[in-house]
Amino acid sequence: MNAEEFKDELKRLGFNFFTGVPCSILAEVIKALGKDYIPSVREDTAVGLAAGAYLGGKKPSVLMQNSGLGYCLDVLTSLNLIYSIPVLLLVSYRGFGGKDAPEHLVMGRHCVELTTTFEIPTKVCEKEEVKDLLEEANRYIERGKPYCLFIKGDTLG
Amino acid sequence: MSFYKRGYVGMNMRDAISKLLPLLQDAFLICANGYISRDAFNINDRPKNFYMLGSMGQASSIGLGLALTRPKEKVVIFDGDGNLLMNLGILTMMAQLKPKNLVHVVFDNECYDSTGGQRSISVEVNLADVARGSGIPKVEKKKLGEDFVDSFKGYLNRDGPSFLLIKVQRDPETEMPRVNIPPSEIAKRIRNT
Repeated sequence: MNAEEFKDELKRLGFNFFTGVPCSILAEVIKALGKDYIPSVREDTAVGLAAGAYLGGKKPSVLMQNSGLGYCLDVLTSLNLIYSIPVLLLVSYRGFGGKDAPEHLVMGRHCVELTTTFEIPTKVCEKEEVKDLLEEANRYIERGKPYCLFIKGDTLG
Repeated sequence: MSFYKRGYVGMNMRDAISKLLPLLQDAFLICANGYISRDAFNINDRPKNFYMLGSMGQASSIGLGLALTRPKEKVVIFDGDGNLLMNLGILTMMAQLKPKNLVHVVFDNECYDSTGGQRSISVEVNLADVARGSGIPKVEKKKLGEDFVDSFKGYLNRDGPSFLLIKVQRDPETEMPRVNIPPSEIAKRIRNT
């Protein structure tokens, strides 16, 4: 699935509010979203913005690099999880397999256990399972849960 | 550590909130965590009020997201100096996205009241200047004791985004009870309005 098809799939599932902070891995998706994507200044601000959009009736998704997850822990644990405010987190997986710039290696080793530890349903997305995992994510979202989908450099293409 | 003392005469935050709550009409209200949520909940709870319990700093983000989503309805944020200082970047987003229906009120008591009154840097930093410098088109600062009701009414009835900084004193010693609605219920009822 390429970025354009990925965007179409998100929209088909009803996602209609997109914000975040860019990553090169997500660049094509953000480009495909065009004006539907609202640039946020920081990842936790993006999650807060998405929560407000949900309260207004939208179905939000936040795009970010895994480096931004640390900023989001407070808002995810003390807002989304306790208020049952769902959000689809599309998180680029820098540092996957230990091959990346040094600043990505520690987060790369621990990001999956990080979101899992905080009871957020989490999957690392392989390219052949994009459609299935978006469907799975959507089932959690519809039940008021956040969901974290890690997107690797080769997931979309 | 210095502490901002209680106990002198003037407008405290609870009084200020009491004056503004009856003016909201149909507006959504997003309340920052701490005494702002507690005071608003106890003085006049309504389904269009959202009480943020944790996620300090994010009331302004939540309010902006809601304002963008419901452009025909007014969205008021009751924020605090400590909360805004934690999420200053939101002012730049408000200025860039320009939601006409957004009224951002900051009650500035120059301290972190609910944790014991530790001083905040808004003693020296003028948050109204920060809002103006960020590009918010309508910005006003009200000194301690200065009337703010007319300004608030004006912002509710005109296009924004607007930013109203109200200098207040700490809440009285008698704490209001905590918000006792389950968080998921707070979210559900506002989403259903």
